[in-house]
Amino acid sequence: MDGKYFHHALKFRKDVCIGCSHCMNVCPTQAIRIREGKAELKDNFCVDCGKCYRACPVGAIIVEQDDFNQIFRYKQRVALIPSILLGQFPDEVSLTQVSSVLMELGFTHVYEVEHGVEVLKNTMKNHVETHQEARPLISTFCPAIVRLIQVRFPTLTDNLILLKPPLDIAAAYYSKMLIDQGHDPDETGIFYITPCAAKIAAVKSPVGQEDSPITGVINMDFIFNKVYTAVKQGFIGKNTCQLPILDPLKSSGVMWSATNGEAAHMTGRTLAIDEISNVIEFLEQLENEENREIDFLELRACDESCAGGILTSSNRFYTVDRMKKRAARASKKEKEGNYRYANPGPIVQYRDFLEDNISISKVQPRSMDKLDEDISQAMKKMKRVHEIMEMLPYVDCGLCGSPKCSSLAEDIVQGEAEITQCIYVQKRMEQQGVMPAEQSIEIMKRIWGKEKFEIGAND
Amino acid sequence: MHFEYQIEGGNFTRAGFASSEIKKKLKQLNVDLGIVKRTVVATYEAEVNVVAHAYSGTIYVDFDEEKVVIRLVDEGPGIPDIEQAMKEGFSTASSTVREMGFGAGMGLPNMKKNADDLQVSSEVGKGTTVQITMHYQNPNNK
Repeated sequence: MDGKYFHHALKFRKDVCIGCSHCMNVCPTQAIRIREGKAELKDNFCVDCGKCYRACPVGAIIVEQDDFNQIFRYKQRVALIPSILLGQFPDEVSLTQVSSVLMELGFTHVYEVEHGVEVLKNTMKNHVETHQEARPLISTFCPAIVRLIQVRFPTLTDNLILLKPPLDIAAAYYSKMLIDQGHDPDETGIFYITPCAAKIAAVKSPVGQEDSPITGVINMDFIFNKVYTAVKQGFIGKNTCQLPILDPLKSSGVMWSATNGEAAHMTGRTLAIDEISNVIEFLEQLENEENREIDFLELRACDESCAGGILTSSNRFYTVDRMKKRAARASKKEKEGNYRYANPGPIVQYRDFLEDNISISKVQPRSMDKLDEDISQAMKKMKRVHEIMEMLPYVDCGLCGSPKCSSLAEDIVQGEAEITQCIYVQKRMEQQGVMPAEQSIEIMKRIWGKEKFEIGAND
Repeated sequence: MHFEYQIEGGNFTRAGFASSEIKKKLKQLNVDLGIVKRTVVATYEAEVNVVAHAYSGTIYVDFDEEKVVIRLVDEGPGIPDIEQAMKEGFSTASSTVREMGFGAGMGLPNMKKNADDLQVSSEVGKGTTVQITMHYQNPNNK
C-alpha cells in the first residue's frame, strides 16, 4: 500500500505490552492489531488521539518526547505554555510560581501560547464570514481532528479553515521578536509544553505547512511533576519568585483551548463538539447532508477538549473550572479598564507580519477506506470483503487480532490476515473435521503469543 | 456488486443508514471525493423522501467498474405531478416532518442537481421509483 504518511508520537513498547487488546478495542479508527501477543499500530490509520494510551493497563504505550536537556543547546530557551498548564494546579499556585520553576529548570523565557489568539480571533471570524462557499467551516485547532478528517471523512477536507493555531502564531511571534532584539535565530530554541500526543505529531510532521516553528516538545506531565514537587517542597514560595511578571492572558485566550473556546467568538450558527466518538458520530451524519445551516464547527478529540489531554495530570473538570475562574478574573479587569488587561498585548505589534504568515496550505485527503488505488482492483477486493463477511459472525469479539469482523475482512483482502484467524470459522472447521484442535491452537498462539496458552500462564 | 437496504416509512432515526453504507463502499472503491459527496447527498435526500412520504421502501444498489446505480422503490402515495415536484420549494411534507428539518421542498431538485442521471416514475396510490446513476469518471463532474 502507500508509504508512511506521518510521524506518530505514540510508541508501543513490545517489551512491556501484554497483548491484552484493550487499546485495540478503544481505538476509534481501528488502527491497532494484535500479532504474536503484542499490539501493532497501522500507521496510516492512526490519528494520534491517544485513546489507546489511556486504555493501556501496563504503560506499554508511551508518548515519545524530546530529551529535556536538548534545551541547553540554545542560548535563548523559550517555554511556550498553554493555559491548560496553569489550570493543572490548585488555585493557590500562581502563574509566576509556575514560570519561576520553568526558569529554574533552565528556560530563559516563558510565554503563554494563547496570546496568539489576539491575532487569530478576528482573522478567523472574518474568514468564516467571507468564505461562504463552504459550510460548515471546521476549525483546524485540534491536530487529531484534522487527521481524523483526512483519513475518515476526506470529503470534508475542503471545509477546514486553513489558518494556523495560536501555538504556531505565538511561536512565530516569539522567534521574530527575539531576532528583532538582536538574538541569533540559530541560538533560539522554542519548546512547547504539550498536553497531548497529537500536538507532538503536528510539530514533527505538520499538515499544511512545510515545517513547524517549534524546536522541540516537552510533555506536560513531566513539567507538572517538576513544578508541583518544587511547590510542595517549598523551594518556590510566593515570595521567592524573582521572575518578571508575564503579560496577562485575555479571558478569550484563557478559554480558547476549552470546549466552546473558539465557537464562542465566531458569528452565525456555531457548534462545539468534544470527544472523538462524538465527533465521528456527528461527521458521519454531516457527510450525508448538504448542511448549509451551521457556519462554524469546533471539534476536539478529547473530552473537555485540551483539559482532557492524555498528558495532563489534573482531573479535567477541575482544570476547566480553574480556567473559568481565571478567565472571569481577567474579564473583570478587562471591563474595569485595567491597563495591563484592557490593552492589546505586545504580540499585536507584529500583527501584520503574523497575518501575512497565518495561512496554511490545503489539507490533503488520504482516505483509509480505499481498498486499492485502481478501481477494478478495489472492486474485486470489495466483492471479496463482502464474501468474507458472509462467513464472519458480526460479533466483533477481537479474538482474531483485528478489532472488528469488518476489519478482519479488510485485513484478509489486503493480505495481512487469514480467515482461519476467526474463532467461529475455526470451530466450524473443527466440527466438519477439517481442522484439528492442534492447528487452531497454533493459529491462536500466532495471534496472542504462545505464553497465554501455557497451562498456569497467569500463576 | 448488488446490495439491498430496507427503509421504514416515518422512522427518521434510521434515515441515512443506507447512504452511509453506500458512502463507505464508494470510499473503498477510491472513487473521486467530489463524486462521493454528490452521490451521498442525492441518496440521502432520496432516502429521507421515502421515510417522509412512503410506508416502506427498498434501496437496490448496483456497483460496477464504471458507475453505481441506486434505485429506491417505495410503496406509498406516489407523486401526482412529477414536473411540479421537480421545482424548488414545492413540498407536500406535513408540518411535523418540516419541524424535524426535513421537507423544505428541495428534495427532487437537489437530487437532480447532484445526480449524473435521475429517473423518477410514479403511480398515484402505489408508489414511486427514483433511480440515481453516478459515473466514477464523469468528464462533466459538477
